[in-house]
Amino acid sequence: MSDKNPSSPAAGDRPVSRRTLAKGIGTTLGLGAFAAAVSPLMRRTSEVSAAEFMQQHYKDLSEDERAEVIRRLEAEALEQSGREVTIRDQAPIPGTKFGYAINLSLCNGNGKCVEACHRENNHDRDTNQSYIRVLEMQRGSMDMEKGNTTYDHTVPAEDKFYLPVQCQQCDNPPCVDVCPVEATWKEQDGIVVVDYNWCIGCRYCEAACPYHARRFNWKAPNVPAEEINPDQGYLSNRVRPQGVMEKCHFCLHRTREGKLPACLEACPTGARIFGNLLDPDSDIRWVLANKQVLVLKEELGTVPSFFYFFD
Amino acid sequence: MTEASPPAPLPDDRPSSHFVTYPRFLLRLVRLATDGSPAYYVWMTVLTAISLVGANAWATQVADGMILTSMTDHVSWGLYIANFTFIVGLAAGGVMMVIPAYLYRNRAMHDVVILGELLAIAAIVMCLLFVTVDLGRPDRFWHMMPGLGRFNWPISMLTWDVIVLNGYLLINLHICGYLLYTRFLGRKPELRFYRPIVFLSVFWAVSIHTVTAFLYSGLGGRPLWNSALLAPRFLASAFVAGPAFIIVTMYVLRRLTDVRIDIKAVNTLVQIVRVTILINLLMVVSELFTEFYAGGSHISSARYLFFGLHGHDGLVPWIWTAIGLNVVAAVMFLHPRVMQHPGLVSAACVFAFVGVWIEKGMGLIVPGFIPSTLHEIVEYSPSLTEWKVTAGIWAFGLLIFTAMIQAAVPILRGQERAA
Repeated sequence: MSDKNPSSPAAGDRPVSRRTLAKGIGTTLGLGAFAAAVSPLMRRTSEVSAAEFMQQHYKDLSEDERAEVIRRLEAEALEQSGREVTIRDQAPIPGTKFGYAINLSLCNGNGKCVEACHRENNHDRDTNQSYIRVLEMQRGSMDMEKGNTTYDHTVPAEDKFYLPVQCQQCDNPPCVDVCPVEATWKEQDGIVVVDYNWCIGCRYCEAACPYHARRFNWKAPNVPAEEINPDQGYLSNRVRPQGVMEKCHFCLHRTREGKLPACLEACPTGARIFGNLLDPDSDIRWVLANKQVLVLKEELGTVPSFFYFFD
Repeated sequence: MTEASPPAPLPDDRPSSHFVTYPRFLLRLVRLATDGSPAYYVWMTVLTAISLVGANAWATQVADGMILTSMTDHVSWGLYIANFTFIVGLAAGGVMMVIPAYLYRNRAMHDVVILGELLAIAAIVMCLLFVTVDLGRPDRFWHMMPGLGRFNWPISMLTWDVIVLNGYLLINLHICGYLLYTRFLGRKPELRFYRPIVFLSVFWAVSIHTVTAFLYSGLGGRPLWNSALLAPRFLASAFVAGPAFIIVTMYVLRRLTDVRIDIKAVNTLVQIVRVTILINLLMVVSELFTEFYAGGSHISSARYLFFGLHGHDGLVPWIWTAIGLNVVAAVMFLHPRVMQHPGLVSAACVFAFVGVWIEKGMGLIVPGFIPSTLHEIVEYSPSLTEWKVTAGIWAFGLLIFTAMIQAAVPILRGQERAA
């Protein structure tokens, strides 16, 4: 490989040697080939506006800047899908910390919560995405290894119980710790959110989450215009961009306005209880006070705000 | 790239300024790296072509989304991060040239130590590329830049990795650059300008692989990775793969060029690998004993990896290939007579290299995700896009490694001087 005949200074006597010319041609061809090879990037640059590229982190935006960003996102949504949407930026309610509980004696695995989440949160139709997975579990065991998420028979089945799992909104969330760019954080009311316009898509949070609560946009989500839920939140159910992470946000665009999460409203069994953990009169507090509740993977020290109990 | 104009003869009594000689030095490096035999041009053209195929596959992936990979929400890291992990080790392994050369003043190693440092540079560039191609939004890379974006340091281990990898790159660029530049000027390198940095590089090499191991071992939800043994294991296997790669490089240089490589340098590295490969195997065995003797659900990943789980066994052939290669290589390294044949030594090195590559990638990163945290089994096998991008980055890494050697060797041998 080494040059047996290193170019002596004499070789440089002529201003342009044949070799220099060949190198010049080679370099030009190489650069041209490189430009052609990476040309698919141009398709992407036409989709990402300069304003989106330059946008600062959610927490660094002033009120005006946030309003501006939201106007831009609404305009882009209209342009891309032809659907008029309203994106709001609901703030946490002071004195609120949300908690969720599921009565596993009532849940029968019908999967209505999964579907409701899918529609409410503008999930990709092609992959049938949802923030909730329901495990069909063996009675008498909490071992998930004996569970099954792909059951498709009439429910409830003999000797089974059903364990719906979504983001546990941990007080000690490993996903938040690992994010290299602070694109995900825990809000005042306990909800762990993602700034879809800041996430770089490294998926470290997805590796860190012990509950399989995070979802990545492997492609731009496909939601037909007529099926889009136009009532959207910046940190919640707006249609996500390609290549970023998302997760359950306790339907904060609803719950921060006094409504209940879509999965709870859809549940026909009444197994789901949602409320403010700081309000002593809330249903969730009644459950915590009167039922023997448990949390998933307690030994990991994640301190979930999501509880399960049997009647 | 243009050829440097012939340097004007300098008056002997007036040393020229670095502002003049340094650009001239850089130009000379470019010229040397682009000069070579026909075989050199063929080799570099092939590598360029493969790199371009990779660049094209990556650009398409950015445009159409990472749906073009085989990764899923269940197995969310695949071939890219597997290669990243392995190549961080390769970069750290380069330091196994530095320790004998500078700490033990091994003469033979002193002449070839630059190979280890150049390997480190090429490997770190490859690492940075592997992380970049794994990003869903590479256009947002500036969010990671301290000052411009929001850098979650010191909480996120990934930010530590960004710091130590870039630091290691700068350290090695400085050492190689300084030694070559002084040789170019025909001066003796001054110890105070590089020896402290060399010692720093030894600690830094350990840090890059430790931090990379901490990326995984710090995750409580992934039992296969959540082991204190991970960082030492990473280091041991790095000190197998790095020296193995350099041994083969030295044989290739000896065969194809007139660069004289002292056989003692090869022997020193063989002795190192002989020990590190056994330490690595010992740690793998300890890990497996702890897992399988205790049993329970937290060993599902290990069971899936080695024996298959509930009828899924996609990684079983991979891991047994890795174990086989590592054991055969270990036996070969232990056998003194085998080590007298360059062909057999090279074969042992290739076995060890491939064995460690599988063990750290398809044998560690991927099974960490199988079964998932909800114990679902979704298997993974890399897509064509992933193979193309991976081949492209390897080719690009070899390209810059070759070019750097091509430029460095004549300067080190004093054939290329300023003026």
